[in-house]
Amino acid sequence: MKKNIVITASMSLGFLYIIAQTQKPAKKTTDNPAASIERGQAVYQKECLSCHQMDGGGVPHMNPPLAGSTDVLKDEKKIIGIVLNGMTDRLPLDDEYYSNNMASHSYLTNQQIADVLTYVRNSFGNKADAVTVAEVKAVRTPKKSK
Amino acid sequence: MNKKLLLSITFSIATIFCIANGGDFDSTINAGLKLPNGFVAIKAAENVGQARHIAVSSNGIFYVKSAKAINGKSTFVLKDLDGSGKLTVINSFDNQGGTGVAIKNGYLYTSSNDDVFRYKLNDKNEVINPDAPEKIITGLINRREHNTKSIALDNVGNIYVNIGAYSNACQEHDRVKGSKGMKPCPILDSAGGIWMFKADKQNQTYADGIRYATGLRNIVGLDWNQETNSLFVMQHGRDQLFQNWPEYFDSTEGAELPGECLYELHNGSNCGWPYIYYNQKLHKKMLAPEFGGDGKIEGGKEYQDPLIAFPGHLAPNGLLFYTGNQFPEKYKNGAFIAFHGSWNRAPLPQAGYFVVFVPFKNGKPTGDWEVFADGFSGKEVVISTRGAAHRPCGLAQGPDGSLYVTDDSKGTIYKISYTGK
Repeated sequence: MKKNIVITASMSLGFLYIIAQTQKPAKKTTDNPAASIERGQAVYQKECLSCHQMDGGGVPHMNPPLAGSTDVLKDEKKIIGIVLNGMTDRLPLDDEYYSNNMASHSYLTNQQIADVLTYVRNSFGNKADAVTVAEVKAVRTPKKSK
Repeated sequence: MNKKLLLSITFSIATIFCIANGGDFDSTINAGLKLPNGFVAIKAAENVGQARHIAVSSNGIFYVKSAKAINGKSTFVLKDLDGSGKLTVINSFDNQGGTGVAIKNGYLYTSSNDDVFRYKLNDKNEVINPDAPEKIITGLINRREHNTKSIALDNVGNIYVNIGAYSNACQEHDRVKGSKGMKPCPILDSAGGIWMFKADKQNQTYADGIRYATGLRNIVGLDWNQETNSLFVMQHGRDQLFQNWPEYFDSTEGAELPGECLYELHNGSNCGWPYIYYNQKLHKKMLAPEFGGDGKIEGGKEYQDPLIAFPGHLAPNGLLFYTGNQFPEKYKNGAFIAFHGSWNRAPLPQAGYFVVFVPFKNGKPTGDWEVFADGFSGKEVVISTRGAAHRPCGLAQGPDGSLYVTDDSKGTIYKISYTGK
């Protein structure tokens, strides 16, 4: 009896998870992108500006630009991961190498990370859709696959 | 709120400067540079890769090392072919980018970010076999941060190599807010100092060299002073006092501290990184916040004091003691320093992007420093580092006593001469 409930519950959760997963890419829901961008600007000024600069231009050879960056515009998962975990790998970004290590910013909330990335994706000449709290959460605490 | 206000003030100041000065330096006079009376400048060459350091032979052969290989070449050879002052690239070789270049006793020395090489010169100071250098030193630490290997040579057969610390402040987690420092700092055994090797022995590794000086975060500009017969270096001071320790430093302190320090080194010198930083306003060594400091507690007295310290984050990339006869007497044996220009001063405007002169007498600085050549950035105010048109990096003294300044942003080589007019 108990076992059945557990199984049913697991299956239901699994089903909900599948629904959530299949629904997510279809349409992103953000409460209010303009509000998110405004909050994100404040986060940017506090956490990002010193290295990535006032215009999102970065510092040549040291800190990569966010303006026009392929990863910023096209790879939400990667940039969420970089904000959460920092970056110390020596890998080229848009064919250039950058020397400074980026610190982990995992102390920011999912909301703050969604906001700041939404701001970055809609500033400095960038134009891309919002990053949602759910997307940040999915990268921070990935669901374990059985 | 405070920050917004600060940003507004910054922008307002920038706007006022732009209006007052018509925005930019006049690019038609002296190659866009602002110089003391009696000096003139030209762009001797342009687009010479990402020109880092530069060395000149007694008969006017110029060697320039590029940070990146351009079409597979990173060491450029230039010469004034018609006496106009303009330099023409006459040869190029080596596919590994780097920073260091020096000429000594019939050899050209160059460095990549891992190794140091030398090339035999002929009696015209031309490289005899550009494709077959001797590898003098190999296997030096190269981990992203501070990986350039500047070089200088003494007069008794030694070569000095900077091995920069692959860290900002030797934190457990580099550049992470509030992350503690590691004591003892494990980086210092193989980086964060100057190593001395033999100038004529091949395939030397760490085991063959000695750690000549330690506690130096990163050195790019260095020079052997012939008057004092000793090595002088300019340290790149640590970043992010404000960003990583906002409980102890405000954004203005973070922009202006620590001082960029000039040191005279001897065997065994310890300048204190990462445990201390230098507060140039208080003229004191302070305990770094990663090691229990709070901006007020002084640091270890055992560490060497700088001879002079400049405002924070200006990034000294070139150091040259002037021994020529062309410039007025006050410049003799004094130090020129090329500042690459800052990035870690935001939200304040960025600064540097100039060449400074420090007068010396009997091997010691005699007075305050002065800006010698300004205007490399092409702007009165640089808000974002990439907005600087040119960034000074290397320095050399030509055979006629002119001063040469490289720019690693656009590969410009400036020639500055004294005419007295």
